[in-house]
Amino acid sequence: MEHTAHAQPHAGSALAFLLLALLLGAYALATRPGRAGRRWSPWRTLSFALGTALLGLALAPPLAAFAHADLRGHMLQHLLLGMFAPLALVLGAPGTLLLRSLPRRAARALVAFLATRPVRTLIHPLTALALDIGGMYLLYLTPLYAFSTNDPAVHFLVHLHFLLSGYLFTWSIAGPDPAPHRPGLKLRLGVLFLGTALHATLGKLMYAYGFPQGTAHDLREIQAAAQLMYYGGDVAELLLAIAFFARWFRRSHAGPLGALSPPEKGKTAAPAVTCRPDR
Amino acid sequence: MTVQVQSDMRKSMLATALIGIGLMAGVDEIVFHQLLGWHHFYDLATPQIALFSDGLLHSAELIVLVAGFFLLLDLRGRQALAPTAAWAGLFIGLGGFQLFDGIVDHKVLRLHQIRYGIDNLLTYDLLWNASGAVLLLIGLLLSRRLRARPRMA
Repeated sequence: MEHTAHAQPHAGSALAFLLLALLLGAYALATRPGRAGRRWSPWRTLSFALGTALLGLALAPPLAAFAHADLRGHMLQHLLLGMFAPLALVLGAPGTLLLRSLPRRAARALVAFLATRPVRTLIHPLTALALDIGGMYLLYLTPLYAFSTNDPAVHFLVHLHFLLSGYLFTWSIAGPDPAPHRPGLKLRLGVLFLGTALHATLGKLMYAYGFPQGTAHDLREIQAAAQLMYYGGDVAELLLAIAFFARWFRRSHAGPLGALSPPEKGKTAAPAVTCRPDR
Repeated sequence: MTVQVQSDMRKSMLATALIGIGLMAGVDEIVFHQLLGWHHFYDLATPQIALFSDGLLHSAELIVLVAGFFLLLDLRGRQALAPTAAWAGLFIGLGGFQLFDGIVDHKVLRLHQIRYGIDNLLTYDLLWNASGAVLLLIGLLLSRRLRARPRMA
């Protein structure tokens, strides 16, 4: 297989690490007490730091090298970039922190922007599902994967898409940030259900029919990678389901684990700029 | 019996019934679909659809399990868990799913059979449904005790 992608893997990794460090630094700076008066939960900071660490792990030179040589390495990267890191980042509530740190007018403008029709459509759980899981079907069941291993730019975009669509999907299901126009819990549960089923199905299709095709990987390697995708995806979706129900229970009653009163009836609206995790 | 106690008993039963359904669906999927490979959830179309139907079943059992455990955790947290009702719910969930799968899925809708290429399918069906019926019966007997002695629940 041609390995023209990542001609200078170490330079790429160094740049990624720098960006991650900057991101984490900005997050930490914004959590300083006194900035907006309210204390920021250390659990959120920990979660966000874990997310950046998982991203760093996915992009570290040893794993990147493994991913070039072996489809299982690619699958490990895929799970970290597209599922585990996004969950940890989303639970760190960076959106809430951003709204809280911005000047009031800028925060209002941002909320107004998120409420515009095109953006609302883009961040709808169903759109997120199509982008995230649909993107995976496109990548693995078409020649796109083989193409991406030969073209550094496509390779980079595929990774970026994993991360962004994974974040969007996770956020649209269980994101703690204020989201006044987010659809209700039942629709989100349905999307989570469909996403889990489609991900499991893709793993099995790849196992049974030897996708992605047109690569130098032999069938046994592809099957091992598909199994990794199936079981790894399962763990990630289990965690996402836990995050989702934790929010459902938290908001259904007062107290950290209130009673399951009838779930909110299509009403998810939190006041637009409360700048507090929407629970 | 106060309304609160009744509602807690119902919730205790619901929580463990969900867990029972999820567990039994998990046993079915892991043992019969994956390890033995005897059948898929829907065997009447292409293999791709069979795999997708398994994916749906898998996803549903995962979500039902998580939902059930959260309900249980919530009841425990409020010290409102009714143990007998919870055990009754678990057995009703286990047996109810097994019997529903055995009668509605296998026989009424004929989505799939337990095993293909064998002569004595009837024996398989009888064993399958009898095991479900026994579990369900245990659950129903336990839930009768609730009505007899609500304070003990």
